Amino acid sequence: MDKMPAWADAVLVPLISLILAALLSALVIIGIGEDPIAAFQLMVDGALMRSSGWGYTLYYATNFIFTGLAVAIAFHARLFNIGGEGQAMIGGLGVALACLYIPWPNWYVALVGATVSAALFGALWALVPAYLQAKRGSHIVITTIMFNFIAAAVLNYVLVNLLRPQGAMDPATARFPEATHLPTFQDMFSTAAEPMFRGAPANVTFFLAVLACFLVWLLIWRTRLGYEIRAFGFSESGAKYAGISPVKITVVAMLISGGLAGMMALNTTMGEAERLVMNATEGAGFIGIAVALMGRSHPLGVLLAALLFGFLYQGGAELALWTNIPRELIVVIQALVILFTGALDNMVRMPLERTFLAFRKPARPDGRSAQSGPAE
Amino acid sequence: MDFLTLIQVLDSTVRLATPLLLACLAGLFSERAGIFDIGLEGKMLAAAFFSAAVASITGDVWMGLGAGILASIALSVVHGLASITFRGNQLISGVAINFLAAGLTVLIAQDWFSQGGRTPSLIGAGRFEPVILPGAETLAGVPLLGPIYSELISGHSILVYFGFLMVPLTWWLLYRTRFGLRLRAVGEAPEAVDTAGISVVGLRYMAVGICGILCGVAGAYLATALQAGFVKDMTAGRGFIALAALIFAKWRPWYALYACLLFGLLQAVALRYQNIDLGVFVVPVQVMDALPYILTVVILAGFVGKAIPPRAGGEPYVKER
Repeated sequence: MDKMPAWADAVLVPLISLILAALLSALVIIGIGEDPIAAFQLMVDGALMRSSGWGYTLYYATNFIFTGLAVAIAFHARLFNIGGEGQAMIGGLGVALACLYIPWPNWYVALVGATVSAALFGALWALVPAYLQAKRGSHIVITTIMFNFIAAAVLNYVLVNLLRPQGAMDPATARFPEATHLPTFQDMFSTAAEPMFRGAPANVTFFLAVLACFLVWLLIWRTRLGYEIRAFGFSESGAKYAGISPVKITVVAMLISGGLAGMMALNTTMGEAERLVMNATEGAGFIGIAVALMGRSHPLGVLLAALLFGFLYQGGAELALWTNIPRELIVVIQALVILFTGALDNMVRMPLERTFLAFRKPARPDGRSAQSGPAE
Repeated sequence: MDFLTLIQVLDSTVRLATPLLLACLAGLFSERAGIFDIGLEGKMLAAAFFSAAVASITGDVWMGLGAGILASIALSVVHGLASITFRGNQLISGVAINFLAAGLTVLIAQDWFSQGGRTPSLIGAGRFEPVILPGAETLAGVPLLGPIYSELISGHSILVYFGFLMVPLTWWLLYRTRFGLRLRAVGEAPEAVDTAGISVVGLRYMAVGICGILCGVAGAYLATALQAGFVKDMTAGRGFIALAALIFAKWRPWYALYACLLFGLLQAVALRYQNIDLGVFVVPVQVMDALPYILTVVILAGFVGKAIPPRAGGEPYVKER
C-alpha cells in the first residue's frame, strides 16, 4: 500500500486545486479586459480592510458554515445532499413562524426557539428524500434537486397567499416583533468612542455557526453515531456486517444535514432581514457544496472555506460596485472551485501521488516498490 | 374551454416541450452510456447565450446555432474529462458545469454587449422563423382538421420539427443499430463491452458528445426561436425538468416524448391561467410549477412503476488488470 502522506492529501491537494481555480479565475478576469491584481486588491480592501467589510464577510461566512456543514455531514455518510437550498428555504419558514406567532420575552430565548424550529423544518424537508433513498432506493441527488424546486413553490405559495400582510405588494412576511431582533456585531462591539462594524449585517448567529462547527466535529469523531456514519460512508457492506443499520444512518445523517441547512435561515431571516422574503437563501445552499468539498468535509476546513467564500462574496460585491466586473464572477470562481476540488480531484491527485512515490523509491532497497504503481 | 383555446394551449405545449425534449434526449444518450448528467441546465444556458450572441453579431441564426452547439460541446468535454478520464464524481462535475455556465454567460454578455447580462434583441435573420407547411393557408378554413393542421402542426420553427424527429431517430439508433447496442451495454455492464474489445472510454465520450450537440440545439432554440435573445438564467430550471422527464420516461425515447409533452402542457397551462378554478377548490399556479418535480419523486419512489437507472450509471469504469 503506497500512499501519499496524510498531510499532502489533506492540505496539498486542495491547495493546488485552489491555485488552479484562482489562476483560471484570473484568466477569466483578463479575458473580460480587467486587471486581476487590481481586482484582488479591491476585494481585499473592501472585504478585509475595514471592520464593516469584515461585518459583511462574516455575515456571508455564517451562511456558508451552516450549509457547508450540512453538505459535509452527508458526505461522511457518502450521501450527496444537493438540497441544502430547499432545506434552508423551509428552515426560513420555520424561523418566520416561530418569530411571528410565539410571543418571545427576549432575543436569546427567541433565538433558541427559532433555532429549534429552523432545524426541525429543515430536517423534515430532508426526511422524505432520506426515507426514499434508504427504503426505496431512489437516488438522493435527484430527489433533493426535485425537493429544491418543490420548496421554492411551497415558499412562493405560503408567502403570496398565507403570510403576506394585508395590502402588501411584495411576497414577504410582516416584520418580526422587536423582541426577536438579534444583536448585530455593531451592537455588540461598538463603543461610544469607536463605532465598529457599522451597518454590517453580521450578528450573533455567527457564534452559533462556530459552535455548530465544534458540535459537528464532536459528533463525527467523538461519538458512536459519528463513528457509525463514517463507517457507513466508508463501506456500506462493512457497516452492515458490523450491525449498523443503513436505513438508520441514511435517515439520521440526512436529518442532521437538513437541520444544519435549515439553521442557515436564522442568519438571513432573523439576523438580517427580520422578515422572511422570497429569496432569503441567495444560493447559499449550493455554495455549501463548494465549501464542503474545499474543506474536505472537516468542520475546521469548512470554517476556513466558508471564511474564504465570505471574503469572495463581499469582495465580489465591492467589485460590482466599483468596476465593470459583474457579481457573477463569484459564481464562476465558485464553479471552478467545485470543479477542481470536487470533480477533477484526480487530475491533481494522480500526478502528485506519482511524484511522492518517485521520491520515496530510493528508501526501499528491496526493489518491491519498483513494480507497484498508483494503479494498484 | 372552446376548441380554439384548446388548440392554442396545445400549440404552446409543443413549443414549450421542444427544449425539454431535446435536453431530455441529450440526457438519455449520456445516462444510457453510464454518465449521469445533471449539467443539462448549464449546457443549455451556455448554448442559449452563445447562439444569441453570435446570431446578433453576424445576423445569421445558423451561425448562432453552430456557436451554441460548440459551446455546449465544450462543456461536455469538461464533463467527459472529469467523469471519464479522471474518474471524478459525475454529479459534482454536473453541479460545477451549471454554475460555470450561469456565471460565464452573464460575465461575457456584460463584456460584449454591456446590457446588464443580456444580448440585444434578435431581429430578422437572427431568429428562426416559423415554417409554414405546404397548404396550411388553404386548409385553415376546413372545420376541425384545418385549425389543427395550420395552427398546431404547421407554423413552428425548424428546430421543433428537428426535436420531434429526433425521437424515432434516437429509438432507431439505440435499439436497431450496433452503436446503440454498445451504447446501452456500456451503461449496464462496461466490463462486458471492454471484454469484447470495444473502447469504453471512446463510447462514453461519444455519448457525452451527442448529449452536448442536443443540449446545444435545445439552448439555441430557447434563445433564437422561443424567445428573441438571451437573458440571464433564461433556462429557468428547464434542464432539471428535462432530467425529471428522463426519469419519468424511465430512460426510453418514446416515453421521453410523452413525458416532455406532459410537462410542456403543465408549463403552457401555468402560463395561460394563473390559478385554475375547479369549482370545488382552486389549484394555485405554484402547484402547476411544482407538479413535474412532485410526479418525478413519486415515480422515483417506485409507487407507480419503478424507475431503474442504467446499472453502471455514475460509476467511473476502471479497467481490470
